[in-house]
Amino acid sequence: MAKIVAGIATSHVPAVGHALDSGKTQDAYWKPMFDGYEFSKQWAKDNPADVAIIVYNDHASYFGMEIMPTFALGIADSFAICDEGYGPRPVPVVEGAPELATHLGASLIMDDFDMTILNVLEVDHGLTVPMSLMYGTPDKWPTKVIPLPVNVVMNPQPSGERCLALGKAIKRAVEQFEGDLKVEIWGTGGMSHQIQGARAGLINLPWDIQFMDDLINQPEVLQYKPHLEYMIEAGSEGVELIMWLIMRGALGDQVNEVYRFNHVPASNTSVGHLILTPKED
Amino acid sequence: MKPDFEQFKDIPGTTIFTIESAREGFHLNQFCMSLRDAKNRERFLADGPAYLAEWDMTDEQKQAVIDRDFQRMLDLGGNVYFLSKIFAAEGLSYVQAVSTMTDMNTEEYQQMMINGGRNIEGWRSKKERGEA
Repeated sequence: MAKIVAGIATSHVPAVGHALDSGKTQDAYWKPMFDGYEFSKQWAKDNPADVAIIVYNDHASYFGMEIMPTFALGIADSFAICDEGYGPRPVPVVEGAPELATHLGASLIMDDFDMTILNVLEVDHGLTVPMSLMYGTPDKWPTKVIPLPVNVVMNPQPSGERCLALGKAIKRAVEQFEGDLKVEIWGTGGMSHQIQGARAGLINLPWDIQFMDDLINQPEVLQYKPHLEYMIEAGSEGVELIMWLIMRGALGDQVNEVYRFNHVPASNTSVGHLILTPKED
Repeated sequence: MKPDFEQFKDIPGTTIFTIESAREGFHLNQFCMSLRDAKNRERFLADGPAYLAEWDMTDEQKQAVIDRDFQRMLDLGGNVYFLSKIFAAEGLSYVQAVSTMTDMNTEEYQQMMINGGRNIEGWRSKKERGEA
């Protein structure tokens, strides 16, 4: 049977991709942030997974305003890299996992999650920056990927309860897949940041750290945090953190905290990163 | 469940993008999306008003784009990720573009971020700030 073996959470700042692609990771500004992912790159080498389900949001890169899916699932063989206005990032094409993805899509829909199914999808920095942070700059990504885009851009976003429940449904679906696969689930985006208006630049590190603690220890409480609180306390774009709840829901009741890292700032953002594994009964 | 978009209006210096904004800003945001194409970026940068004339946007939206008044674009239904295509076309970073919406210049804004970002104290509520 397939199994969820780990959960990764990380911010997905576009400027981090730019720093990586232009060789600036050792600059004084960027080095402390990239150093924080050195442990994770080694951990990823030591704990290879077959497939990563990557929960992220598109940033007006592939999805325009014609269609705004609340939850979507990429089931294609591969996913090209989107031009976000600066030209596509020079990273490898993302290879899909269509057998698991079709099983997952069917299972989730039958479980009452009305997923939008994507046979074509170009992925943006929301998905590729986390991969670069975990895997560095390989010629070919070491893991197949099932992209799971979530609308966190247009209010109303899905509720925290719905996100945690979707994660639980993903866990069930993966465990019902016939095939001996090690599957990771990644929750990306956040932490506190606001990139618009007179309040731009807002960072709330104490809130971010409490969010991490609650995500690990009491997701059943955290799921009820209203979007308004994310927006006030973590900035208008901090609401991306609901995607971490999907990751957490797929890990089961108890988790081990393998690694935690925080850094301020990357561009306009408080960077947060976790590696969690399910605690065996 | 009854939507409550009013609840977001007490957050100071913040424009929450809602399903209503998506309707109001549809053509503005679609214009922005068109700038993902390098050929369109060139045409827009060569003659902004001529390029904008091809879009079914309001005169106010077009003027806000010409003025590069990002706050005004937000107020007229623009979303920041869509608007980013405008400043990306000009080679500006998020930090450079975002700082124009604050009362700081880019250097001051960048320094604030390096110092740990904008402190939330005093920035939770318009009522608290005496703005509402």
